Parts: sequence; structure tokens; C-alpha cells
Amino acid sequence: MLIFVFFLHITIRILLTVAQLCIVGSGPAGFYTAQHLLKNCPTLEIDMIEKLPVPFGLVRYGVAPDHPDVKNVINTFTAIAKSGRLQFVGNVTVGKDVTLNDLRNAYDVVVLAYGAAQDRWLGISGENLCNVVSARKFVGWYNGLPEESHLKFDLDAETVVIIGQGNVALDIARILLTPIDMLKKTDIAQHALEALSQSKIKNVKIVGRRGPLQVAFTIKELREMIKLPGNSYRIHLENPEYIDACLPKTSRPRKRLTELMLQSSSMKRSEEDSSKQWELIFHRTPIKIVGDSNANKVNGLVVGINHLTGDDWENPQVEDTGLRETIPCGMILKSIGYKSLPLSDELPFDHAKGIIRQTEGRVEGMQGVFCSGWVASGPVGVIASTMQSGHDVGKRIIEDLKNGIVGTGTRKPGRDAILSQLEARNVEPVTFVEWEALDNEERERGKYQKKPREKIVDVREMIDIAKKGQS
Amino acid sequence: MHLILAVWSGEYEWQDPKSEDEVVNITFIDKEGKQRPVRGKVGDNVLYLAHRYGIELEGACEASLACSTCHVYVQEEYYDKLSEPKEEEEDMLDMAPGLKPNSRLGCQIILSHDLESMVLKLPTITRNFYVDGHVPQPH
Repeated sequence: MLIFVFFLHITIRILLTVAQLCIVGSGPAGFYTAQHLLKNCPTLEIDMIEKLPVPFGLVRYGVAPDHPDVKNVINTFTAIAKSGRLQFVGNVTVGKDVTLNDLRNAYDVVVLAYGAAQDRWLGISGENLCNVVSARKFVGWYNGLPEESHLKFDLDAETVVIIGQGNVALDIARILLTPIDMLKKTDIAQHALEALSQSKIKNVKIVGRRGPLQVAFTIKELREMIKLPGNSYRIHLENPEYIDACLPKTSRPRKRLTELMLQSSSMKRSEEDSSKQWELIFHRTPIKIVGDSNANKVNGLVVGINHLTGDDWENPQVEDTGLRETIPCGMILKSIGYKSLPLSDELPFDHAKGIIRQTEGRVEGMQGVFCSGWVASGPVGVIASTMQSGHDVGKRIIEDLKNGIVGTGTRKPGRDAILSQLEARNVEPVTFVEWEALDNEERERGKYQKKPREKIVDVREMIDIAKKGQS
Repeated sequence: MHLILAVWSGEYEWQDPKSEDEVVNITFIDKEGKQRPVRGKVGDNVLYLAHRYGIELEGACEASLACSTCHVYVQEEYYDKLSEPKEEEEDMLDMAPGLKPNSRLGCQIILSHDLESMVLKLPTITRNFYVDGHVPQPH
């Protein structure tokens, strides 16, 4: 028996040693999946393929610049990347430079962790007008995401409407309303800082289809808004008695959040120095965006007024009362969620939800292909949930390797096959050491501005600096 | 002041207790349900103590109260012995998957003699994020 166990152990070790594994995407989902695998399979090595020359996904390009503490997780990810068992391969787009099929031929296991980088559309008229912008683009812009850094917004309007009531909506509102002297000290992209310093925006209306009991933002973000210097606010609670009556039925997070809204809405806050204001407006469905036909520019949002019905306060039915009103505004930011795109036609994909079809992280009908994070679950949850999802998928992969479900065929060529393909296609992969050279340069440039870093936003310049640091 | 700095960097937890008087024994129950006794000392931060002994407790934001990845369940009789959670900790706990009445963040628990023999349980994945997890709501 002991001998049997011994041989079984050896077999597992061999299987895990030779298994070739790659992860597509270098955000939290990718790194937390890698972390679990590296920790629990001491012989495994991983390649991590990233579209940009820089790692960390939404930690770098999604987390708001005034939330530096959230970005501390970069230290954990850096330690994983420098463990010697993870190879970062940046500046490689799967679906263009290499295909999913190429990866499946080269690796036993392919983990898709490329997130959700596509906008949802409202599907109403006027959405194409100037200054109607998706939250994803706006966040990318102020965070220095290369593909959005060239964007120009007209921040001359006094009133902005944000459609949606999640944390991204509050992030955007906060960035629009925070005194510029506070933003200066963050790693916000320089082009955004310059534009925001000229901004004439005074009033931000955050509009949701449902009520205060259904908002998606969390308490930390609401508290930050309430404490925002130089701002007053209005939380339009139409029926506080009803909300009060629902409170005992709610979960603790919902209860604390709702109580904060109730308290704050009844507080008459009129600060002397509050030249700016934000508002939370509920029960409004966007009907159409109206604009000035000559300038092709937005000047209002027509909303339908809703009535929530049904006994389930968590998921009430939204009924249109037929009443309409127009909210005048010079800019509309749509913060109604992200979705993923399939990076290959063969990938089983739920286009309505914008996620890969999978069970427990195993992609349907694709042996050896897994998915993790938002591309699997949809764009919900904070870093702790993505961590759990990543660890969970890591666990399934190890199970499948141990049970011989994957990684048992002919030996796969791994990284070398991919690298030679990339070379033939004139793609220049960026390594983690090269990223560190770029990282240093960004920190150096930040020093001049008294910022933690000045992000470089041009992909060519990024690659040049990364490569130069090595020569 | 020195102690506080050391706690933040996690170096303090790597020092062995100088005498038996300092020792505080606690037990972690890891994600697999295994008991992991740990010999800590007065002043140790539970997050960094866990790191020292290879217990899978994350600390993504490095004890800056910006995440909930060091979420633990505190054995009932010890929960009340802990200092009251700060508002920031409560706010982060609200985002922790699997929140319970005895939830705390590991990075906010500092060992003292009162906590001798305390048991801390790491949350296990109780629900399947993919099957019955939250689905994004269309606006």
C-alpha cells in the first residue's frame, strides 16, 4: 500500500511538473489563480500573457487614483511574478498576435482571466451624441489607459448626469468633484488632471432606475462622497417610512448602507464653502438623450419615473408610471456595467450576460480551458471575491491535473512555441524585469509632480523605456 | 511608536517571544478545516502572524483597511474581548464574502493575554460564485 501511495505521488509529481500552463490576463483574477497554483503545486510553472506592456489590469487601470491603499495588492502580485516560477509575457494580444488555438496547442491548461473590457449600451436614442461617455472609457481616461488617453471631454457643462448607482458611478462622481489640490497628489494621469483643473462641473446627479434599497455601491464609497470637501449633497428619498420599515429584513451590509443614506438625507448640510453638489436620484429610467442638433451635443436626459412594486424589496418590479421629466445636463456618463468579449469564435459565450459559458471555472466543451474572475462571473464584486474565485479555479485545475482529466496527452511545447510564433510575427513581448524598468521611470517622473507615479500612456514609449532599461 | 511601525511592516511578528510571559497561543482553522496551532506573542498582528506560519490569510491592502481579504471568524467567547471594530473595519467587513456576526479583519486583531487559546476560522468558499453567484443586473 505504501509503495502504491509512493508511486502515485511520483506520478502526480511528474504530471504536475510537465504540465504547461498559461494564464491570459494579469489582473487580480489572473494573479490570484496563479497564486493558488504556485502555492499548491510546488513544481508548476506558469506563463502569464497580457495585452498591455504592463501588468495588474484593473488594479492599475480601474482602481480610483485616490484609493492608493487598494493598490497595495501590487506588492503581493509582484512577489508572485518574481517567484521565479511565473513568466510575465506582456504586449501580446490573444486573438491577434496568437490565437486561443495556438495557446491550446502549446499548453495543457489555458486560464482565461482577461476581465470585462466592453461597454454595455443603454439602447436609447441620443447615445451617440458628443459628451455621452461610457464610465469604462472615462475611468480608463483618468487612469491613463493607453487606448482611452487621447479622449477629449467637454467639462464646461455645469451639470453632469451619471446613469447607474454602483461603485464606478461614485468613483467617477468623486473624481469630478474632488478639489483639484487633492487629486494632484494621486497617480491620476496628467492629461486628466489638466482637463479636470479647467472643469466647470458643479453639479453631479447620480441617477438610478430602482430605489435606495437596491443601490449597488458600497458604504465606504458613499461615506467618501458624504465627507467630500467643498461639496453639499442631496439624497432624494421619496418614501423614508417605507425604507425604515424594510430595514429589519435586510442583511447587515444593506442595513448599514441604507441607514447612512437615511441619516444623511435628513441632515441639513449647508457648508459655507460648498460650491459643488452631488445628488442621488432614484426611480428614474433613461428614455432618451436629447441634444442640441447644431452642435451635436447633449443637453438633457429624458427619464421615465418608476414605481417599484412587489413584496420582494431586494428585487422589486420596476413599473413605468408613464410620467416623464427632463434632467438638463451637458454631459452624461453611463455607468451601467461592463461585459466581456469572446477572444475567439470557438469560445462558448453568453452574449447577453457578456461572460464565458462555464461550470466551476471549466469552460464548457473545451478540455483544458478554464476561466476566472469577471470574464466568468460578470463584473461584480470587490477584490476579495475575485480572490476567492481565483483560488477556487486554481483548486479545480489542480484536481483535473491530478485526476488526469487534463495534461495527459502528448507533451506540450509550452512557452518556446509561443515565443517563436511571436518572433515570426514581429511582436515584442515585455518581461516582468522590463516592466520594472518602466515602473521605475514612472515613479521618477512622478517625483517632479509630487505624485506617486506619472503613468506613461503611449504604448510605443512604454515598450521603448522597458527595453532600454535592459540594455 | 517603534512597535507600531514594526507591526505595519510585519517584521515584529517574525521575532520569537522573548520570554514565556509574552506567549499567546492561538489556533487557526484553515480553509481545509485543519487546526493550525500557532505560538504568538503579545502585540502580534494576526494577519502577519498568519503569514509567518504559512496560513492562507491574504492581506491585499497590507492592513490599510482598504479590502476584506484577511476576513476571519472569531470564536464567540473571544469576540467580545476584542476591541470594538472601527467604522472603516465595519465598512470593509460589509464587503466580505460570507460575513457573519463574529467576522473581523485579521489585520485589526492584536494579540494580548486575554486572547490566550483563541480560535480563528478562515472562511471557506461556501457558495459557488459561478452557479448561484450574483449575475450582473441590466440597468
